[in-house]
Amino acid sequence: MTQYYGVERGTSRTRIILIITSCLVVALACGPALMSANILDHLIVLFIYIILAISWNALAGYGGLISVGQQAFFGIGAYAAIRLSYYGVPVYLALPLGGAAGAMAAGIASLFMLHLRGGEFAIGMWVLATLIQQLVSLDPLIQGSTGTSLLALNHFAPASRRADTYWLSLAVLLGLLGALFWLLRSRQGAAMQAIRDDEEAARSIGVAVAPTKRLAFVFAGLGAGMAGALWLAASITFQPGTYFGVQWTAYMIFMVLVGGIGTFEGPILGAILFFALETIFGATGVWYLIGLGAVSVGFALFAPRGIWGALEARFGWRLLPVGYRLVLGPGFARDKTASSIVQSDHHA
Amino acid sequence: MIWLNQLLQGILLGGYYALMAAGLSFLFGVMRVINLAHGSLAVLAAFLLLMIDHWLGVSPFIGLWLMLPIMALIGMVFQLGILERSLSGGPLIPLLATFGVSLLLDNILFAIFGANTQSFAPDIGSLSYGSWAIGHSIDISQLDALIFATALVLLVGMHLLLTRSQLGRMIRATAIDAEAASLSGLDPRRVRVVASVMAMIMIGVAGAALGMRSSFEPYAGGAQLIYAFEAVVIGGTGSLWGTLIGGIMLGIAQNMGATINPHLSQISGHVVFLLVLLVRMRMGSLRLGNFLRKRMRPSVVSA
Repeated sequence: MTQYYGVERGTSRTRIILIITSCLVVALACGPALMSANILDHLIVLFIYIILAISWNALAGYGGLISVGQQAFFGIGAYAAIRLSYYGVPVYLALPLGGAAGAMAAGIASLFMLHLRGGEFAIGMWVLATLIQQLVSLDPLIQGSTGTSLLALNHFAPASRRADTYWLSLAVLLGLLGALFWLLRSRQGAAMQAIRDDEEAARSIGVAVAPTKRLAFVFAGLGAGMAGALWLAASITFQPGTYFGVQWTAYMIFMVLVGGIGTFEGPILGAILFFALETIFGATGVWYLIGLGAVSVGFALFAPRGIWGALEARFGWRLLPVGYRLVLGPGFARDKTASSIVQSDHHA
Repeated sequence: MIWLNQLLQGILLGGYYALMAAGLSFLFGVMRVINLAHGSLAVLAAFLLLMIDHWLGVSPFIGLWLMLPIMALIGMVFQLGILERSLSGGPLIPLLATFGVSLLLDNILFAIFGANTQSFAPDIGSLSYGSWAIGHSIDISQLDALIFATALVLLVGMHLLLTRSQLGRMIRATAIDAEAASLSGLDPRRVRVVASVMAMIMIGVAGAALGMRSSFEPYAGGAQLIYAFEAVVIGGTGSLWGTLIGGIMLGIAQNMGATINPHLSQISGHVVFLLVLLVRMRMGSLRLGNFLRKRMRPSVVSA
């Protein structure tokens, strides 16, 4: 029996989702005109969480690299923004440049850190973050562990400052999401997803593993750097201990692990969940953190694919077309085996 | 003279780091897992000892003999509940799970004990400040010497156990190839539980040393993990001796840095760590913790 196959990138459903997403983006862009200051502040935080989650997922989910030192780039992003602003760079230019400094630092760090593997890389990154924190604390401008503030932001009226920070956060978020979306659909993205599924197998069919991992690492540095700069814009104060704290990595791991590691949609879902949990339980302080730890351990051991990974595996859900789908043409009996083949195209 | 003194103090400090690193290095050797909860477990051990001392009103040296069995029990639970399960989930899962455990432990300790820093220094009498003077400018702290000696005894003991005993052979066999070991009649699960218990006892001793020579608080685990890891990496691919050498090099680097400028103490430790990484990259042998494999020369196997 002749069988006909076709490969397509999206289904009619993903196209509908894209249209809905576009409408949502337009609505969010009008935010400052429609929403109260309180909601705007919360949305800025949510945007930053999503940025953190997708950047850590790019590294761990697609690069296969677990880092517990991404706070290095978060802190560098904020620190570079403060330094640049001090040198006279306009503040709303200094902030994205600070994020870019995170990518630059990741590029430099990749030269030696990526030679480490597994757990060595994980803690090696933590050592690097600690070292950078201690070096930054030596800068007289930062005043040791006391910290400093992004004074240039005080020249703006609170309302316009909030709106500008909101738009900047939204722009960075959409830019990074777009870049990741484009990246995953490109040749590099196919390599990334191959490495995610099986690094050795990917290497054996000629995927250039090292450059692909470097790309994921620099992207993650860019995301964390941008998030740090935006957090600085939202909170204005900078203390090295807070920005270089390992809790940022703990949050990233929680969001990605719960949402679904190695999926495009999972980390976004995880960030929204994390944001909701923090809003509801954040006031309980340490018990909230105990809960985060317990849930992280639970997901790592019992549901390592996260919520989205489980949904995807069960229902074949796919909101955004980042992979390929195998479509069976006429002449192929669409029995149970066949439809399971269709669904297993995107996840090992 | 001041440099000689700093060198000596650095070596003694290195004994502490080697003690802290022993459990990490051993567990990695057996299971290829870097236990991100290592530092938090050491701090947990220190808090356990603190509770025992307060309840029973005994010295930490006596309480230790109650704390270590509890740590051994925790090691069993940790192995069966967390590590064994995560080992089958691919290379990323043990890291995520143990990091979650550290987050959990740190915050549980904070919920129970609060942010106060604790120390056993008041409970160990003159040992906390006693020292032997050598010449005019060199003082050897009795406690530092005791910790160094403990590290040495522990590492020598582990070395002998791994190379000379039946249990050591079983652990090495499991580390090299768990499947082959089970074909020849071993139960790798049980061997790994024993290894985890042994690692946890080492961590317990390290936690006691932490509380005696300085202070600790619920979130002190991260720094301990970093020091232990640096000692393991600087010491390199070698044996448990490598861990001792790595600890000593880290201690010397920190003390030399502190002599130049107090701010530089930790920074110079981290810098030496990164330099060792770079050098080893040039030499192309970055892999660490193969000590159990290296010891498996045929002559040793047949011993």
